[in-house]
Amino acid sequence: MLTLLPFFLWSCGGAEQRADKPKTDDSVLEKQEEVHGQEVKELALSTPLDQAMVKEGLAIYELKCSACHKLTDEKLVGPGWTGVTKRRKPTWIVNMITNVDMMLAEDAEAQKMLEECLVRMPNQNITATEARSLIEFMRQNDGEK
Amino acid sequence: MKMKYLKIAASALAIIGMNACKPSADKTSSGSFLAGDAAEKVYVKPGTHDEFYNIVSGGFNGQLSVVGLPSGRMLKIIPVFSQFAESGWGYSEETKPMLNTSHGFVPWDDSHHVALSTTKSEHDGRWAFINGNNTPRIARVSLSTFRTEEIIEIPNSGGNHSSPFITANTEYAVAGTRFSVPPDNNADVPISSFKQNFKGYISFVSIDKVTGRMGIKFQLKTPGVSFDLARAGKGKSADWFFFSTYNTEQANTLLEVNASQKDKDFILAVNWKKAEEYLAKGKGKKEAAKYAHNVYSEETHSATSTILNEVMTLDPKECPDMLYFMPCPKSPHGCDVDPTGQFIVGSGKLAAVIPVFSFDKMLKAIANKTYDGNFDGIPVLKYDAVLHGEVKKPGLGPLHTEFDGQGNAITSFFVSSELVKWNIAKLEVIDRVPTFYSVGHLSIPGGPTAKPYGKYVVAYNKITKDRYLPTGPELAQSAQLYDISGEKMKLLLDFPTVGEPHYAESIPASLIEKNTKKIFKLEENKHPYVAKGEKETKVVRKGNEVHVYMTAIRSHFSPDNIEGIKLGDVVYFHLTNLEQDWDVPHGFAVRGALNAEILVMPGETSTLKWIPTKVGVTPMYCTDFCSALHQEMQGYIRVSPAGSKVPLSWGTGKNPVADAEKKVAKR
Repeated sequence: MLTLLPFFLWSCGGAEQRADKPKTDDSVLEKQEEVHGQEVKELALSTPLDQAMVKEGLAIYELKCSACHKLTDEKLVGPGWTGVTKRRKPTWIVNMITNVDMMLAEDAEAQKMLEECLVRMPNQNITATEARSLIEFMRQNDGEK
Repeated sequence: MKMKYLKIAASALAIIGMNACKPSADKTSSGSFLAGDAAEKVYVKPGTHDEFYNIVSGGFNGQLSVVGLPSGRMLKIIPVFSQFAESGWGYSEETKPMLNTSHGFVPWDDSHHVALSTTKSEHDGRWAFINGNNTPRIARVSLSTFRTEEIIEIPNSGGNHSSPFITANTEYAVAGTRFSVPPDNNADVPISSFKQNFKGYISFVSIDKVTGRMGIKFQLKTPGVSFDLARAGKGKSADWFFFSTYNTEQANTLLEVNASQKDKDFILAVNWKKAEEYLAKGKGKKEAAKYAHNVYSEETHSATSTILNEVMTLDPKECPDMLYFMPCPKSPHGCDVDPTGQFIVGSGKLAAVIPVFSFDKMLKAIANKTYDGNFDGIPVLKYDAVLHGEVKKPGLGPLHTEFDGQGNAITSFFVSSELVKWNIAKLEVIDRVPTFYSVGHLSIPGGPTAKPYGKYVVAYNKITKDRYLPTGPELAQSAQLYDISGEKMKLLLDFPTVGEPHYAESIPASLIEKNTKKIFKLEENKHPYVAKGEKETKVVRKGNEVHVYMTAIRSHFSPDNIEGIKLGDVVYFHLTNLEQDWDVPHGFAVRGALNAEILVMPGETSTLKWIPTKVGVTPMYCTDFCSALHQEMQGYIRVSPAGSKVPLSWGTGKNPVADAEKKVAKR
């Protein structure tokens, strides 16, 4: 069997690999935006609160957040939201919402929360603009006007 | 020293030659045609992706499999025609209508042939079509969600085998009946009246360019023969469709003998553009026929089934110059068109040659009326006038042919159990390689398109025997991957498949993967029983129907405690998965449910029907490990006797009964 080995090499060496990738026609494909992973480094707050944003923030809260976060200080799956805007910088909150993989990989405070809650904060497919509205709603929840 | 190796090489080649004629069950013999670098060629490093999606029919499992090539790793089973308890397909209230037919709910079928959508005869990566053979149907599967989106039943058909092959720009999928039948609306006739009353219906199912929505545009009432396989033309022959036939003897009993009498059967050439012209001229006739059309909506996450009551038909007798028969040796099976659209390869499964027909010659023979009589009024073209040539002594039992895009064809041989590569222009055999065992269909990436990618061929074998660890009387199915990039075909890999694979297609991963759907957006969920957030969760009683608007998120249900259900109630759990991240499904199961679980994707709503059978407290839980607290994702439903006064109450994270009793006490 060993003596046959060179034959194998010889007989298969000529095999050419065609590597040309097909051109794709993206016009026929369905577009799908994905919201994930852009770090927000700066975020300016203004007073008084933007009521339109507060209203949008509440709607997002009820749809995507309320299953795990209460508006009191009671922990459900994640921590209650009372006082969150006092404890955390707005950019920290926004990045937890929109860029949770980065935060859990790099941020010590975020990692501490995971140890407490044992459930990864899910990516709820929230845009940066929507996250900004959530901040406004959280500020209102913390008594800001 | 060199001479010695050459001698060994020569004797090794002789062994290959011998093996090719008489495949041996001896596993060690496979060494001689196994690529020396096979392991390297099929190894896909952990964490990296395969080069091709292989979309494989499941045969008698009624489903589609998704396999990666070259690794042969199975990635998914897409439920199509058969109920699939694993995901709740055909069990959930939303998907049950998908399996509705004119006969009622048919929870199984036999799925044979895959057709991937094309634009200009090249893959466009949008949809996969597959036929249901037993209760004639065609399904359309999205290659974005990898879910079945639509199923249309085919009336006036018995055995939808010659299907769902598609035209160049996916204008039509076809459905040629394998078993000729009398028309559905006049079907109570003696079986022996086959020749008078039976018709071989061919349906042209139109496909909407944008939505993919299917509809039967017309049915051709052709003579009563068996339609076996089909292919559309390409390029210059794109207006034509070719169907292989057998049983042109028109036998209705012991077909094994009676349908193998004639020296030649036919390949039917259909000018479908001509058919459209006749239709536009009003030659079509609407006939009564009952069939189901089922559509799944991604917006409502629900299917609807509509029963249609008539179908447009065209009678060839009133539509001249639309159909022609080309004689083809002995019960042809495969009927494959080469990438240029010039050559049509018939595979007479009982013939000792492979006949190759020329499209140019066919047009000339039609123009010159070079006929050899007619069959039931349809002109039969002279064999010699349409023949490009025959491949002599190619092997035994040719079944199917695919193309490598380099001017060559590869044909599968069931009886002699081998793949044979031959040159189309010269009609000369180039190479042959054994399969283990008895190959049926074969597939080259892009093989049926105008632009094959070549590189590999997969043999889907009908017999497995000793290829894998034995598993009792029933064995895994055997597929084999060969490298065809060189002149010699080289075996690379055996991999098992589920069901019984018939036809399959492969498509470059780059055409599909970037388009894959990751989540369903909650904001876009239009399910009538959606709960958009826990605030909207509730339990509503309508007589003895109880609707639970329920949500799931890592890791709890809301509500997770329900009381006030009574024996005799029918409970519908409408579960909305509130997650919006990829790969976070939640499952839902209830003790004693007489159906299955439901597996709910992020942003989706799905409904499990439950008819309680016992008084007591019934647990329910999440079946898909979702987080570290998955084991805690559970709840209870209290079932009381019929007529009980326990009030309807529900909640999560509170004590609903105590609350409800307080309410009652206040009143």
